[in-house]
Amino acid sequence: MAISARERRVIALCIGNPQRGDDGAGRAVAQALRASLDGVDIIEEEGEATSVLARLEGADAAFIVDACVSGAAPGEIRRFDVSAGPLPLTAFGASTHGFGLSEALELARALGALPPGCVVYAIEGENFTFGAALSPNVAAAVEIVADRLRADILGQ
Amino acid sequence: MTIRTIKVDQLARVEGEGALKVVARDGVVQSAELNIFEPPRFFEAFLRDRMFTEAPDLTARICGICPVAYQMSAVHAMENALGVAVDGPLRDLRRLIYCGEWIESHTLHVHMLHAPDFLGYEGAIEMARDHADIVRRALNLKKAGNSIIALLGGREIHPINVRVGGFYRTPRKRELQPLAEDLKRARDWALATVRWTAGFDFPDIERDYEFVALRGDGEYPFSQGRIASSRGLDISAEEYDDYFEETQVAHSTALHAHLKTRGAYLTGPLARYALNSASLSPLAREAAQEAGLGTICANPFRSIIIRAVEVLYACDEALRIIEDYEEPERPAIEIEPHAGTGYAATEAPRGMLYHRYRLNPDGKIADARIVPPTSQNQPSIEEDLKTFATAWLDLPDDALRHRCEQTIRNHDPCISCATHFLRFEIDRGD
Repeated sequence: MAISARERRVIALCIGNPQRGDDGAGRAVAQALRASLDGVDIIEEEGEATSVLARLEGADAAFIVDACVSGAAPGEIRRFDVSAGPLPLTAFGASTHGFGLSEALELARALGALPPGCVVYAIEGENFTFGAALSPNVAAAVEIVADRLRADILGQ
Repeated sequence: MTIRTIKVDQLARVEGEGALKVVARDGVVQSAELNIFEPPRFFEAFLRDRMFTEAPDLTARICGICPVAYQMSAVHAMENALGVAVDGPLRDLRRLIYCGEWIESHTLHVHMLHAPDFLGYEGAIEMARDHADIVRRALNLKKAGNSIIALLGGREIHPINVRVGGFYRTPRKRELQPLAEDLKRARDWALATVRWTAGFDFPDIERDYEFVALRGDGEYPFSQGRIASSRGLDISAEEYDDYFEETQVAHSTALHAHLKTRGAYLTGPLARYALNSASLSPLAREAAQEAGLGTICANPFRSIIIRAVEVLYACDEALRIIEDYEEPERPAIEIEPHAGTGYAATEAPRGMLYHRYRLNPDGKIADARIVPPTSQNQPSIEEDLKTFATAWLDLPDDALRHRCEQTIRNHDPCISCATHFLRFEIDRGD
């Protein structure tokens, strides 16, 4: 399975800032995946839009994990098939500089650079304090998302 | 009396979070307030008691778009305090990393934040649907700037290789060669960008600004030169506090800077160009002429062309530096601390950035002062709005709001940089 994943370029793009509490959820998923998944490019990013865009280049399938703030219960996991349509803005429109994941993906789509398969897992965050650990609900969600991603990637 | 109030609660396509309020009475704009409500950031306070060597890395954190500017103003101010001059290849490498920042910051602003205003799009994504080739070109051009910063700075954002006295590590000549190949392509894209922006439709309006910028000694300025103005100011950075002051205004967490005797002034691309256009590289100068800029441009809407010209210059200058580069004997000059005060102004992409530090005998920072370009430009941005918006009052609210937002974006304000100070005073009347 790992070999077929290599033939098609599959990336797991794990976004977040580990210094900001639950914003580190995506990065924690990367750590969990590294221990158990070969043949997939596991990438960690802070989320700057043009860097995200550059990472998508040439990928056949991209699995993206990021924390979000949408008013849902902390630790709630949502899966969006971005190849079918844009992310809902209510969950991802909160970037300070107005140019976050949602915009990066839509820019990729406009440029014809969106990978044919593109899935986003969003983990609802609760506490974004500097230096905080993941809150318990989010830490539990990280394990679940890592399992589901593994299944997604191996099941392709 | 008819009263018309235009409020924009959340400005889009600027760096950071701000708002705008324009009030008109009987067809005349009475007031225009750029309301900056990001919380203050206290950088000057938490620099106190840190070692002089820490200032470049701490102040780089003020901005993710222009960290190199903060590092350059910090190292030059510290070297000024400690009586050290860095020249030769180390000085050239500092110009080179600054080229990288101009390329990436200006390219982002020109294409993603500003161009959609001229072409009638909500934002870069909508523009990319119709102009994919141009947006792709912009992303590649920005990447060339990022590559310079990554190579010299150790990483693309918040570089970690800059130090007082020079660098922690300087590159081998052969490491710079791949950059040169990228930059040759980037220079072509930059020239195409100048021509592209020159074709936009600009409102035919000007303002009588006092332009303030560094004036380089025969070179377009990054980190060195005297502080000059279009009305005869010609001072060293040491004299900045004698001529400029900052005041607090109720509607902004950012301070407003003024010339003590004359009030508002403008710093940034229009000012740099007005005071230094003769020092551009021949290619950049020709492109500016071809774009119809003349030697001075006082139409802030056309600042987008000057940013494009400066990107072209930065590509050209970076190539010159790489071509001439000789590896320095050591990556930095070792510096022993002593008591002193140091001053420096350098040219961040959005304008002049002033730092002043007072050092204790052990090299710890006794106090720090940082005046970012957006604090300096805020009064002029508000005057632009007051001057221009009266003529636009016949427009419907949406169109008027858009024109006002565009007027602010002309100056590429970085609100995150500017919110760094808050003084709390309470008067209880007893």
